[in-house]
Amino acid sequence: MAYNHKQVMVDRPSRLTSGHRMCAGCGAPAVARMILRAVKPEDHVVVSNATGCMEVSTFLYPYTSWTDSYIHTAFENAAATLSGVEAAYKAMKATGKLPEDKDTKFIAFGGDGGTYDIGLQSLSGAMERGHDMVYVCYDNGAYMNTGIQRSSATPKFADTTTTPAGTKVPGKMQPRKDLTKIMVGHHLPYVAQTIALNNFKDLYEKSEKAIYTEGACFLNVLAPCPRGWGYNTEDLMQINKLAVETCYWPLYEVIDGKYVVNYKPAKKLPIEEFLRPQKRFKHMFKPGNEWMIQEFQEEVDARWQELLDLEEITNK
Amino acid sequence: MRERLSGNEAAAIAMKQINPDVVAAFPITPSTEIPQYFSTFVSNGTVDTEFVAVESEHSAMSACIGAQAAGGRAMTATSANGLSLMWEMIYIASSLRLPIVMSLVNRAVSGPLNIHNDHSDAMGVRDSGWIMTFSENNQEAYDNLVMAHRIAEHKDVLLPLMVCQDGFITSHSIENIELIEDEKVKEFVGKYKPEHYLLNDKEPIAIGPLDLQAYLFEHKTQQAIAMRNAKKVILDVAKDFEKMTGRSYGFFEEYKMEDAEVVIVCMNSTAGTAKYTADRMREQSVKAGVLKIRVFRPFPAEEVAKALAKAKAIAVLDKADSLNAAGGALFEDVTSGMFVNKIQVPTVNYVYGIGGRDTTSKEIESIYQDLLEIVKTGEIGNPYRYLGVRGCE
Repeated sequence: MAYNHKQVMVDRPSRLTSGHRMCAGCGAPAVARMILRAVKPEDHVVVSNATGCMEVSTFLYPYTSWTDSYIHTAFENAAATLSGVEAAYKAMKATGKLPEDKDTKFIAFGGDGGTYDIGLQSLSGAMERGHDMVYVCYDNGAYMNTGIQRSSATPKFADTTTTPAGTKVPGKMQPRKDLTKIMVGHHLPYVAQTIALNNFKDLYEKSEKAIYTEGACFLNVLAPCPRGWGYNTEDLMQINKLAVETCYWPLYEVIDGKYVVNYKPAKKLPIEEFLRPQKRFKHMFKPGNEWMIQEFQEEVDARWQELLDLEEITNK
Repeated sequence: MRERLSGNEAAAIAMKQINPDVVAAFPITPSTEIPQYFSTFVSNGTVDTEFVAVESEHSAMSACIGAQAAGGRAMTATSANGLSLMWEMIYIASSLRLPIVMSLVNRAVSGPLNIHNDHSDAMGVRDSGWIMTFSENNQEAYDNLVMAHRIAEHKDVLLPLMVCQDGFITSHSIENIELIEDEKVKEFVGKYKPEHYLLNDKEPIAIGPLDLQAYLFEHKTQQAIAMRNAKKVILDVAKDFEKMTGRSYGFFEEYKMEDAEVVIVCMNSTAGTAKYTADRMREQSVKAGVLKIRVFRPFPAEEVAKALAKAKAIAVLDKADSLNAAGGALFEDVTSGMFVNKIQVPTVNYVYGIGGRDTTSKEIESIYQDLLEIVKTGEIGNPYRYLGVRGCE
């Protein structure tokens, strides 16, 4: 079915209602709303949420923004918790304890802290066991909920509260982990990297595929954070666009091991375009720090080329 | 049905008869056999259960929470460090009021590493809001599990429950055991009918909020009330169980307590050795008794105090050291219960059997002798004592 943004917005009301306390200009709620819109209206959803911004802002007792069933237990185990829900669903369906004609979909949301770091083991376990679920990482590149501490998703040189850009150490000194590839290494039926861009087409279509592909699927979604990244709240969509146009965050999917790069910019923008509007990279633009931008660019280029190579190799 | 089974086999067979929707477990000595036996039941189709072979105990408890919240029955088994790794989720399970049932095969918590029996694992979660029952032998490990769901799932309770038994001592010892027929267990345990659950698409629910100053205190107090309510439910279920099996269970077992002057209070398999020793002491005209705690959480403080009121000297045995310079957990509970109920009997604590150190009837006899000395002199001396250890004055 061809994606029609207006039609989707009209036909499928948001399953995450307004009134939650996420910041203005935060990428995460827009991502969650769109992913849930990809669920067929007649299907029930159980959402599992790792501790983090999304959880504390959407379910503060006695209020909830979630219209589907929702469970939060702890920081590192959204995947393990949901694997238990899914296992119960299978058992209860098989023994006639649930209606036969009704489907439930299982979607986990975790930030990069709860996914790349503390929740990596739980995620890896649940994916390897092949539970019929989608794990969504909304990657904002640091522990934002506790006040912008570095994670393994934090890009090199970023200024965070545990990697402050100082006179001796200019921010985080390690490049970021490539979680999407780690998930590809689990040989899942569907893994994709996406972002909220261009009427959400890429995000919506990948969500639909992930939700309706049987087995364990993984979506990595870049979700900028105005507090942690230091951009103006109204610039969210522009930041997303620059992440893609600079190839900092390539859009691609891996279907049964085959890479498909969904968007190849005709003219790749220099990485400065993505870095400059963000306060966390401000120190990189001081005179004498040109090497940092150059190094960053080289890393982006190398990863982009590797992705293109993987697409070629896996489609031979 | 008479059988000869190890404690682990007994637990696994109880789980088979209960036939839960989900079992999520991770291997750890000495409870590993339970998920092993259970996997065989799954592979051979003798249960309807989804077995989730998780990658850690933290995920085992997380998956149990997910499964129980989904509307299913979830069970697990673990020991020692496995329970330690679950610790965060143990508190969350009880706060979400999910009647998960666990078989805890007690083993020393690291470190250093030790795989043998003591109760340091269980004592690490004694304030977590789980109902905790202890089992002297394989029969009790089995019976306690058969009774577990009726207690945990009762609407006035809705708390998770763990059945403890001693690692290796009972988990790996084969004993005669009286099994209940499958159909009878099925009927006794009944169907699980949660009021609210995630998989009910007609009533979506949200579980596990951010719960701040305005409500958390009330929610924790509701857990405390549920734990108090559990006392009556435990006894009611035990009555029904006795009707079915003829086996009678209270909060604790009083062994030769009618006229006992010197009394040992203990839990799990040591009670067997203590009873044997009490019999030998009685042959020497010593009025020895044993009070074996079966229900440790909720702690039957008033009932224990009353049962000990007529004693002249009491020794409380702790198979875990609280390392607090003020006695073990059971000692604190027993003496606090006595104090509050205005019962003043000289009482001493023995920490014993740590890391699987064998506890012999001779050592138990030495405790009775110590108690007789206390009765004779009226002097308690050091109340915080150790049994069978080198280097402790």
